[in-house]
Amino acid sequence: MVRVASEILNGRVPEGPVDQIWDKHRFNMKLVNPANKRKFSVIVVGTGLAGGAAAASMAELGYHVKSFCYQDSPRRAHSIAAQGGINAAKNYPNDGDSIWRLFYDTVKGGDYRAREANVYRLAQISNNIIDQCVSQGVPFAREYGGTLANRSFGGAQVSRTFYCRGQTGQQLLLGAYQALMRQVGLGKVEMFARREMLDLITIDGVARGIVVRNLSTGKLEAHTADAVVLCTGGYGNVYYLSTNAKGCNVTAAWRCHKKGAYFANPCYTQIHPTCIPVSGDYQSKLTLMSESLRNDGRVWVPKNADDSRRPSDIPEEDRDYYLERRYPSFGNLVPRDVASRAAKERCDAGFGVNDSGLAVYLDFRDAINRDGEDTIRKKYGNLFHMYHKITAEDPYQVPMKIFPAVHYTMGGLWVDYQLMSNVPGLFVCGEANFSDHGANRLGASALMQGLSDGYFVIPYTIGDHLARTKFEHIPEDHPECLAAIQNAQSRIDQLMSVQGRRTVDSFHRELGLIMWDHCGMARNKTGLETAISQIRDLREEFWKDVRVLGEGESLNQSLEKAGRVADFLEFGEIMCVDALNREESCGGHFREEHQTEDGEAKRNDEDYSYVAAWEFDGVGEEPTLHKEPLTFPNVPPTTRSYK
Amino acid sequence: MSDETLNLTLRVWRQDNSDSEGEFRDYKLSGVSTHMSFLEMLDVLNEQLIEAGEMPVAFDHDCREGICGMCSLMINGQAHGPDNATTTCQLHMRRFQDGDTIVIEPWRAAAFPVLRDLVVDRSAFDRIIQSGGYVSTNTGNAPDGNAIPIPGKVQEVAMDAAACIGCGACVAACKNASAMLFVSAKVSQLAVLPQGHAERTGRVLNMVAQMDEEGFGHCTNTSECEAACPAEISVSNIARLNREYVRATLVNRD
Repeated sequence: MVRVASEILNGRVPEGPVDQIWDKHRFNMKLVNPANKRKFSVIVVGTGLAGGAAAASMAELGYHVKSFCYQDSPRRAHSIAAQGGINAAKNYPNDGDSIWRLFYDTVKGGDYRAREANVYRLAQISNNIIDQCVSQGVPFAREYGGTLANRSFGGAQVSRTFYCRGQTGQQLLLGAYQALMRQVGLGKVEMFARREMLDLITIDGVARGIVVRNLSTGKLEAHTADAVVLCTGGYGNVYYLSTNAKGCNVTAAWRCHKKGAYFANPCYTQIHPTCIPVSGDYQSKLTLMSESLRNDGRVWVPKNADDSRRPSDIPEEDRDYYLERRYPSFGNLVPRDVASRAAKERCDAGFGVNDSGLAVYLDFRDAINRDGEDTIRKKYGNLFHMYHKITAEDPYQVPMKIFPAVHYTMGGLWVDYQLMSNVPGLFVCGEANFSDHGANRLGASALMQGLSDGYFVIPYTIGDHLARTKFEHIPEDHPECLAAIQNAQSRIDQLMSVQGRRTVDSFHRELGLIMWDHCGMARNKTGLETAISQIRDLREEFWKDVRVLGEGESLNQSLEKAGRVADFLEFGEIMCVDALNREESCGGHFREEHQTEDGEAKRNDEDYSYVAAWEFDGVGEEPTLHKEPLTFPNVPPTTRSYK
Repeated sequence: MSDETLNLTLRVWRQDNSDSEGEFRDYKLSGVSTHMSFLEMLDVLNEQLIEAGEMPVAFDHDCREGICGMCSLMINGQAHGPDNATTTCQLHMRRFQDGDTIVIEPWRAAAFPVLRDLVVDRSAFDRIIQSGGYVSTNTGNAPDGNAIPIPGKVQEVAMDAAACIGCGACVAACKNASAMLFVSAKVSQLAVLPQGHAERTGRVLNMVAQMDEEGFGHCTNTSECEAACPAEISVSNIARLNREYVRATLVNRD
């Protein structure tokens, strides 16, 4: 039985009508006098959309900011790979959009497992983000007359997505990066690239600094400040194969969890429906094909399971456009969780294509006939090019083959309405927190949330925290700093001293398979219990048999990977514990025991309309569950239907 | 698709740190699937090296989908290898023949010192952007995104330039190790957009000055940079940079 804390977890959402909460709250928050801002320092970990935007915006306000990233440059954070676009409720196309509709769609799309007030704030801020990015010179697509262009995206019936070809994330990130570089140039931000956070420094329970490893030299460093903002992304790489960058990891968030921060809804992972299928056991990552392709591409499989004809030879009557068949009103634009499960259903039933049987077609034939190849090239040229490079097949000629893959994680460190975790002084923004997407994220809303948190939320809420707290200067040789360094050092020494036989990657692949098989697109009780015991065994074997060569005090990529995998081996277990506890199907979390007769997800609002925030009680120990109840006075829960 | 496998000899640059002498070492790798990406092939080599007790080859990489700009590598003397418009992570082994010897080196440029094996320090690029590669607009109440119409064609020119991934292939490919293509891409993007006009003069002067200070070489219009660029940044941006620079020297009053 899960140990449940008796006290209700409070998200500290201010009272009032949902459309007025943020405006009122901005007035009620304490301010830091402009002349005093320079006396405060803030650490920002991660330089993606959330981290880059947060560091730049806080520095503009006058705070002294220290910014950290593990890559060689802050411009490389994985937000850069987002392709399709960013939502905003501008209603430029005059098609019936509004802040309320974006709010409604996002709450519904999240399967009623997000916090209403956070989502409303996100929808409100969405419009400011577009304006801010345009002013930075982000080259959004435009109509001939010069106005901003929009396209539609999964889970919505209006066109509210702004885009820069198929590389929207890149352009938004470079906008934030350039704002950050400007502040570095002005001396307001100290930039630390090639640094990986290994621990959180707390003093009397308040977050006051971090320990990082300098990845170029291997040396450990302590950095202190008045607050710490974690913007370290998601944990999709627990599956080994995902669309995440190779370096993405859970370490920073996990170390904060071990220092007391609750981890919320870790079982909510997003499996993206349109990725390039796996080609062999050497595969190192999966590549996404933007969801925007479903605007013009039609998804199908052959009607006959043993149809071995080439796709172009299969006539219309022998094709099963299963999304259009099952969901006539949304068709190919159903949300991601629905599209992924539908693909899995067809493949499990034996209709999958490709040698593996684990793929479906995404076909542009009709769109090319209708709009011409040039139009399609203009919209998706870079994606078609990438597909061609990877598979050696030309999608202008033959349909793409796609299959779902791990893409995004809605779970993350628990935060209140101010984006502060339960550890005072530790704020969490972007994918690293849990707050805005519930159990499923709609397309083009990750970029929106990252920039919303970074540009327009944290600059306000951090001030409130700084103005309310008394800070003593913490020198970098404070006993707590030295203890945290010692702690990180001993873990490195331990990893180096095993000198076993197996490589780090071999453990990571094995963990990934356990997670994919038992805690992936579909989960059940027996599978999750099996996974937990397999993870424990694998973790034990890791610490007995992993081989890390070289020295700790040098550039050592095996050691970097070993530390991350060691944390994934602890973290994977809590994902399964959370998935086991949640006896319902919602969003990306599909429990096979809880489905309707036609295979749709069956939510249980009576018992599970809460955020599951887990408190660390030791490695391999059952964590304690803290519940934050969710209420939906503005968007009453209904069965999510896209039929 | 062919399902062949390749037997290869890899001649890899090994260097412990910035201060040590480097050397080429040869490794045999067999059974390489033609579907593998180049970096997956290096992953397989590294697994083999670790099992044999030798330090794996350090190389930079992250997104492995051609957009983050972190991967590099001179492959048989070409930046990012033989394919046009392709990063190393998107290069696939079907491009090579059974029995090939593949020479793998780090980016070669004084401004990009080697940190270990194939990993180099490209922080010079960040410092160039710090010197002016931005629009000075604080977060806050920017005017509505549609307040200034930008014709689709102008936006396309800006987007073509903005597509630079900052990988440094242009520098590595250039016989002078010049960073002109990189600098010109950012200067162009912001020069053609109205948002960038206010700082147009100072930006180009400062970015070029920083480029020189970092030790990058001069441009002699060989266009090797354009040929090597995975993001297909055109040398016409360099022409625009030169025009912007001349214009700035004439109108600058600072």
